[in-house]
Amino acid sequence: MNHDSAPSRRQYHQARWNEPILYELGSPGERGVLPPGVDPAIGAEAQNWEAHIPASMRRKRPPNLPEISQVEILRHYLRLSQENLGAGFIPDFGMATSTMKYNPPVNEKLAGSPKLTALHPLQPQETVQGILEIMYKLGQFLAEISGMDKVSLQPRAGSQAIYANIAMMRAYHAKRGEGHRDEIITTIFSHPSDAAAPSAAGYKIITLYPEERGYPSLQALKAAVSERTAGLFITNPDDTGIFNPHIRDFVDLVHAAGGLCAYDQANANGLLGIARAREAGFDLCHFNLHKTFSTPHASGGPATGASCVTQALASFLPAPTVEFDGERYYLDYNRPDSIGKIGQFYGVAANFVRAYAWIMAHGAEGLREAASVAVLNNNYLMKKVLEIPGVTAPYEAGQPRIEQVRYSWEGLAQETGLGVEELARRAADYKMHFFMSHHPFVVPEPATLEPTESYSKRDLDEYAAAWASMADEARHQPDLVREAPHHAPIHQMRDQEAWLTDPDKWAPTWRAYRKKHAQAVESVDEMA
Amino acid sequence: MKELTYPYIPNSAPRAKQAMLTELGVEDCEALFAAIPPELRLKRTLDLPEPILSEFHLEKHVNQILSRNTSTEEALSFLGSGCYQHYVPAVCDEINHRSEFLTAYSGRAYEDHGRYQALFEYASMMGELLDMDVVNLPTYDGFQAVATSMRMAANITGRKEILVSRAIHPDKLSKIREYNGHILEFAFIDFDPQNGEIDLGALEQALSSRTAAVYFENPNFFGVIESQGARISELVHRQGGLSIVGADPISLGILAPPATYGADIACGDIQSLGIHMQFGGGHAGYIATRDDPAYVLEFPNRIYGLVPTKVPGEYGFGEVAFERTSFMARENGKEWVGTMANLWAITASVYLALMGPQGMAEVGQTITAHVQYAIQTLSKIKGVALQFPKSGHFREFVLDFSRSGKSVAEVNRALLAKNIFGGYDLSGKFPGFTNHAAYCVTEVHTKADIDRLAQAFAEVLI
Repeated sequence: MNHDSAPSRRQYHQARWNEPILYELGSPGERGVLPPGVDPAIGAEAQNWEAHIPASMRRKRPPNLPEISQVEILRHYLRLSQENLGAGFIPDFGMATSTMKYNPPVNEKLAGSPKLTALHPLQPQETVQGILEIMYKLGQFLAEISGMDKVSLQPRAGSQAIYANIAMMRAYHAKRGEGHRDEIITTIFSHPSDAAAPSAAGYKIITLYPEERGYPSLQALKAAVSERTAGLFITNPDDTGIFNPHIRDFVDLVHAAGGLCAYDQANANGLLGIARAREAGFDLCHFNLHKTFSTPHASGGPATGASCVTQALASFLPAPTVEFDGERYYLDYNRPDSIGKIGQFYGVAANFVRAYAWIMAHGAEGLREAASVAVLNNNYLMKKVLEIPGVTAPYEAGQPRIEQVRYSWEGLAQETGLGVEELARRAADYKMHFFMSHHPFVVPEPATLEPTESYSKRDLDEYAAAWASMADEARHQPDLVREAPHHAPIHQMRDQEAWLTDPDKWAPTWRAYRKKHAQAVESVDEMA
Repeated sequence: MKELTYPYIPNSAPRAKQAMLTELGVEDCEALFAAIPPELRLKRTLDLPEPILSEFHLEKHVNQILSRNTSTEEALSFLGSGCYQHYVPAVCDEINHRSEFLTAYSGRAYEDHGRYQALFEYASMMGELLDMDVVNLPTYDGFQAVATSMRMAANITGRKEILVSRAIHPDKLSKIREYNGHILEFAFIDFDPQNGEIDLGALEQALSSRTAAVYFENPNFFGVIESQGARISELVHRQGGLSIVGADPISLGILAPPATYGADIACGDIQSLGIHMQFGGGHAGYIATRDDPAYVLEFPNRIYGLVPTKVPGEYGFGEVAFERTSFMARENGKEWVGTMANLWAITASVYLALMGPQGMAEVGQTITAHVQYAIQTLSKIKGVALQFPKSGHFREFVLDFSRSGKSVAEVNRALLAKNIFGGYDLSGKFPGFTNHAAYCVTEVHTKADIDRLAQAFAEVLI
């Protein structure tokens, strides 16, 4: 086994600050920042603020917030920041389905411009022509990349875009007098939100399972489609990285029954400039700008889900849309068919600037290159990973995948009793992580990798070598894996089940913790 | 075709790419797309502008577009109505710009321990501010938080009808109706035209055993402090319904937390807590409840909880009652969970830590005093009248221009010529609001700023 390509693996240790909870820091009277006080020039009457708050609504006790000096607060958060592994620090392709790309600092610089950060969303439109231009043009780019006709950037993440798309489907059917359509079809390898958001909108969900080639058969879809079908929500490739070549037939079948088809383009990274929603016949789709278009994942948002639709659905888009009359950009609220507001104002403007800059840095050829290299990286990594005994890539053996692969560690688990739960913990000791799968696990002992275009051959080799090394350890030093992690910010947790599912024990806030765990309270009080 | 090497794409370098193609035994990347049928392939190049390959020129290009904006640093703004200009302490920016938080995503509680702890601390401080034991990891924005809170209330009570105060942002109402219209029924409670507070008589009439919840805001959309919170909660509780209160956390250093006047669910937006306005991009929604499984199990969002590790004194974290979420149960979970707005929660957490109890009280006092000065000064101007003059106000107030002979649109155009962004036009948006605008004054405004607005009014309204 070649360990040489995993340099200094054994010396690696993540930051471990063992940082107290904020409430254990500071002391009464310390200050973190002094906010602007009352302007001393204003008269005494106005200064008497209490007189202007109804007595019943005055706060009686000050909030129990910590009192800590600024230097200690900064230190605390800088230390916590070091106890994370993001795309800026590791080849982050273990966080698959999420398209963890490089987030260029120049885009942060642009998004941090006061010309954006200090804009109020209700300013006169002539004072926000710059950001409106970026929104308009980004919308046009995404329309071209998807082949759809019109775009809304309002949804604040992919799942909210899925919700916007089901809301538009509903409005479309209602307008045509087909409000009886109450079923949505999706696949088990599509994101949980492709089932959950339509369900939240009131639809019954029919879920198709993969057959031997990794995707559902047309026959299965035929059996599911009926006059009750409102639409199809599907990813392609699914999270296995397998492209369903019959997708056009799927779409045609749903159309023939009067349904609409929404393409969840969470996995679009291998398709930029290669294949589009338009050619496959879709009516709606959405992109995650934080995936495919490189805006940072921000510890879990804010993100952007761009809803893209054909002309037939354009009138239903969330209001306002951004329009251009040849001279000026403007917000169009006069959209009587619109589903209305999906969220506050127009979405996450900083991400519009980032994604715009990212697309402009690539152009058409560059986007295609990103897709090609993402697919090349994925297939190269797959070849390396499949050399490791104990791991397989279920379905379509020997065939190339698009941009990710859902592997199975079942072989290793059967052999050693150690599966992805243990390996995922051990992975932290190798400065990496991996995503298993959404639930339910259709692939046994799943581990999904999506190397994107952002990582080098060295990164890919090192990752595969680390997996090989972990498998080796599972066979020869099983305790090392079982007790992992060893080099992470914390040691293995205990009693998770009780602490997270028993209402008498769970502690979602510090005050809940103090109420329920008297012993802990005592030790804290002693410290104070 | 020219071979370009892209700085963001390591393996676009020809040698690296060739080595990998050779390893795979294929001639070019094209071979790897064999699974995509020709009829689905795009047979032309995407029609996009020529790329700007150098970072220098890219930065210049985007900055040139952004330069067409006039920001609130360049103009004097009195806009609020859902997005607020507050001071953002430098430490907030320092932390949310850290690549470590910015580029992290959803690693496990081991290698992403810091993110878990920061988010747990966010919930902990919000819990103290709100006097409630459970706070979600934020949802997309305040609108979503309200819409979800209503569904939670309906599920908890097994009822469908939500009574909503009319003193609510029309866009928020649009969201709530769109999101919940197919499962909830709405009835609207008028505000008292004299003081802008909920009309208690109308509320009592509307309440019944069908009522799942009453939703009202404090301060409400007009900036009016709702003084009857306890009475409203009592009335709805008497009918077995819940009290849902929308509150901006920045007010809670001086205003009573909703739980103390009977709120069962508190919700709202955290943009005020150290997050720049960003053209409306800085929003995130909180939902808070008591620590009761009947409530906790209805949250769709993530909730982090403390967990011990095998080493005494070390904290770990995990997901509380995760089985309820769509990540575990797909369509059988509560609404859905996914990427939402965690970085803003971390930023808000830094803000609350910096402010402490004293800072939160002080910022509330400053805002109230500045609002009072603005109200006193502006309502003296001929043609300008304060709507609801007898009520308490926080951060916002409504001005009535109907006696000025000028429309709000005309006033705002004239103010813009003086480099002032006037208030949000409410004309026709509420009963009795014929020529009205919402003005916002915070701790960042000075006496000189307010005097400048007063002077501008005096000139514009002649």
